[in-house]
Amino acid sequence: MSNNKSYKLLQGNEACVEGALAAGMKFFAGYPITPSTEIAELSAQKLPKIGGRFIQMEDEIASMAAIIGGSLTGLKSMTATSGPGFSLMQENFGYACIAEIPCVVVNVQRAGPSTGLPTSPAQGEVMQAKWGTHGDHPVIALTPNSVQETYEMTIKAFNLAEKYRTPVILLMDETVGHMREKLTFKDESEIEIINRKKPTCAPEEYVAYRPEEDMIPPMASFGEGYRYHVTGLSHDETGFPTNNNKLAGEQVERLINKVEQNIDDFSYYDEYKMEDAEIVVLAFGGVSRSAMTAIDEMRENGIKVGMFRPITMWPVLEKQISAIADTAKEIYVAEMNYGQYFYEVDRIAGKKCPVKKIVKVTGELITPNEIIAAINGGK
Amino acid sequence: MFNKIEMRLSGSGGQGVILAAIIFADAALADGLNAIQTQSYGPEARGGASKAEVIISKDEIKYPKVTKNDILLALTQKSYDKYIASLDKDGILVVDESVNVNEDVPYKVYKLPIINTAINSIGTHMVSNIVSVGVLYALMGDGVISYDTMVSSISDRVPPTTIDKNIKAFEEGIKLIRG
Amino acid sequence: MNASEITQKYYRADKLPHIWCPGCGHGTLLNSVVRAIDKLGLNKDEVVVVSGIGCSSRAPGYLDFNTLHTTHGRALAFATGIKHANPKLHVIVIMGDGDSSAIGGNHLIHACRRNIDITAIVFNNNIYGMTGGQYSPTTPHGDFGTTAPYGNIDSTFDLCNLAQGAGATYVARGTAYHANAMDKLIEKGIQNKGFSFIEGLSLCPTYYGRKNKKGDAVKMFSFLKDSCVDKKVVEKKPELGENKVIIGELYNNPKPEYTESYQVIIDKFQK
Repeated sequence: MSNNKSYKLLQGNEACVEGALAAGMKFFAGYPITPSTEIAELSAQKLPKIGGRFIQMEDEIASMAAIIGGSLTGLKSMTATSGPGFSLMQENFGYACIAEIPCVVVNVQRAGPSTGLPTSPAQGEVMQAKWGTHGDHPVIALTPNSVQETYEMTIKAFNLAEKYRTPVILLMDETVGHMREKLTFKDESEIEIINRKKPTCAPEEYVAYRPEEDMIPPMASFGEGYRYHVTGLSHDETGFPTNNNKLAGEQVERLINKVEQNIDDFSYYDEYKMEDAEIVVLAFGGVSRSAMTAIDEMRENGIKVGMFRPITMWPVLEKQISAIADTAKEIYVAEMNYGQYFYEVDRIAGKKCPVKKIVKVTGELITPNEIIAAINGGK
Repeated sequence: MFNKIEMRLSGSGGQGVILAAIIFADAALADGLNAIQTQSYGPEARGGASKAEVIISKDEIKYPKVTKNDILLALTQKSYDKYIASLDKDGILVVDESVNVNEDVPYKVYKLPIINTAINSIGTHMVSNIVSVGVLYALMGDGVISYDTMVSSISDRVPPTTIDKNIKAFEEGIKLIRG
Repeated sequence: MNASEITQKYYRADKLPHIWCPGCGHGTLLNSVVRAIDKLGLNKDEVVVVSGIGCSSRAPGYLDFNTLHTTHGRALAFATGIKHANPKLHVIVIMGDGDSSAIGGNHLIHACRRNIDITAIVFNNNIYGMTGGQYSPTTPHGDFGTTAPYGNIDSTFDLCNLAQGAGATYVARGTAYHANAMDKLIEKGIQNKGFSFIEGLSLCPTYYGRKNKKGDAVKMFSFLKDSCVDKKVVEKKPELGENKVIIGELYNNPKPEYTESYQVIIDKFQK
């Protein structure tokens, strides 16, 4: 073995930190919670070595607040948590949406509700990721299914946060967070890094929330001479509060449009044995690993089955899912919850082909046999 | 010819079965194979029976959990009782000599003085996990992972001052099978 | 600098007039904050003023600094992120009584405990004004609020004792009436390299005053004047402190500051 291995055996949680650092993370605030704690631990260990900063806050409300503060000074910022902490972060997540603060929020999902099964996997926050904070707002959420992909999607999460000035959720699950497998590091030259757009005008001409053509306003950092105001109240392009209903409505529309109208820029997904698939399993995160094994076995028995795996969970990949429904005879949505993403898929595909659920809420990964049984039973 | 091995290593918390599994996964990657390592967490891990799994395969590993348990290591009675049902009928059971096992079974049983070898040959029960690695390595058969890779994987993962002891423990483990 | 020059230099003139009711003490307290910043000659680009939600929290919007109006109770958590991420910035946090000690109580004690270099100023008017007069953790026992129609049965927080107990290294109390003294307390608080907590007693004639028959703003200001006595005075003549609210510098005991301690860790890795 050489000492300069370009790969390592790592946990998904560790790969997340490696990805974050590769993307330029300089600030992490968090609160310990299983099964995401390794992300905080590794960040605490690594950040000071590169001149970055870690802080353990008093709770997840404060953690989310602190990364917004960190980002406002120009540092790429992240926090990581699991279900109960994700609930606490919702308040300030909404703040990051309306104030357009780039940051990355990792949720390593465990079984709920409430304290639930802290060390067991689940995918119970699929809907919370989208609708957890109050009010209408944009959400980008990415779900990796391997250690390698966790690394790569964490980099993308930072890039999207910076590009669209919006919080991005990395929606992991305990299965992926805790398993160890090979991570092949990318060379710096192979990694695309996107940094937030900065104002090019003089400070006195800076209108903090005036969007450019791409709907995104350039963002100055506190301390750079652009003295501006940031608020969670509905605000006009100056950044100051407004009670003008028309402006308030336009603001929400722009926030949503700047993300949703650019969905083609970050439509990440994977297809497995889909070429001639009549039956499609839609699965994501840890469950997709079970689905692939199930598909391999069913294919040996001549069943034409394939998998569509959204990596971009929010906004929903409407175009791709709709296209699958054009050819599929049936779609099974397999998820470690009581049926959440199913409703999105059914909404998009349900008029074209039957959409069925394969769900599990025991805190265990759905097994390949359970997927096979569900599909065979459905015949 | 080897294509895939699914191992489950169990014992009490602190016996180092997770490290043992990590060493196999590390070594497998170094030899160009695929590997996935998982383990029990929380109450399950603290309740006396700690479990680590490692799958080594020539092909890409999709489902990350053990489904066909080829080799089961149980260093304690509790872990044997808990995990024995999952062992494949063509599999291999490795237990410490202190564990009472049902001998009327289809799988092969190796009841070995793992913990005593660690204590008597190396001078500490702390290396029982690495003696186990030697045993399991010898049982896996040639041609899966090279000996040199195993040695460097162990060296990379144990505290630097204990490398010699651990390599010796690994070799003692191999001897328990090969004599 | 005279008052109009100060206004010119530090206020966002186009955001005035402010939303505070006639007779409210907040404007006076905010002037103290501005005069203290001016006295210290801080670079406006390096000053960040953070607030939560409530009447007090509107203050930063009127000021020409980097200003952040956050969520209810969370100002200190946002401010901690800013200060830790860029320790060069002077971070001043303006909070209300309910904002800082009810919903934000946990953030307050932990910011104190860390001794992070932030100057926290509470505009304490003993009531939730923005929502129309509900009792807060600093509403005196027995007083009335819209949610305490039969009298407040809660005990009252002594915010300064709370901050000192939690680890703040500079603690002071001033009032909207004692404006000059307040200027100096804030000035010293900003100078303290660590967490400074300054309670500014304000007044709310609209809700607290009306609900508790305290008279008009003038009468309430007189009450502030008469009910408070400086710590230095009481030290000489303890009898003057009986049944009074003690104001002035209450505690000043520097300790290692959070971001400096973290810098020591970073420096360990610099070769």
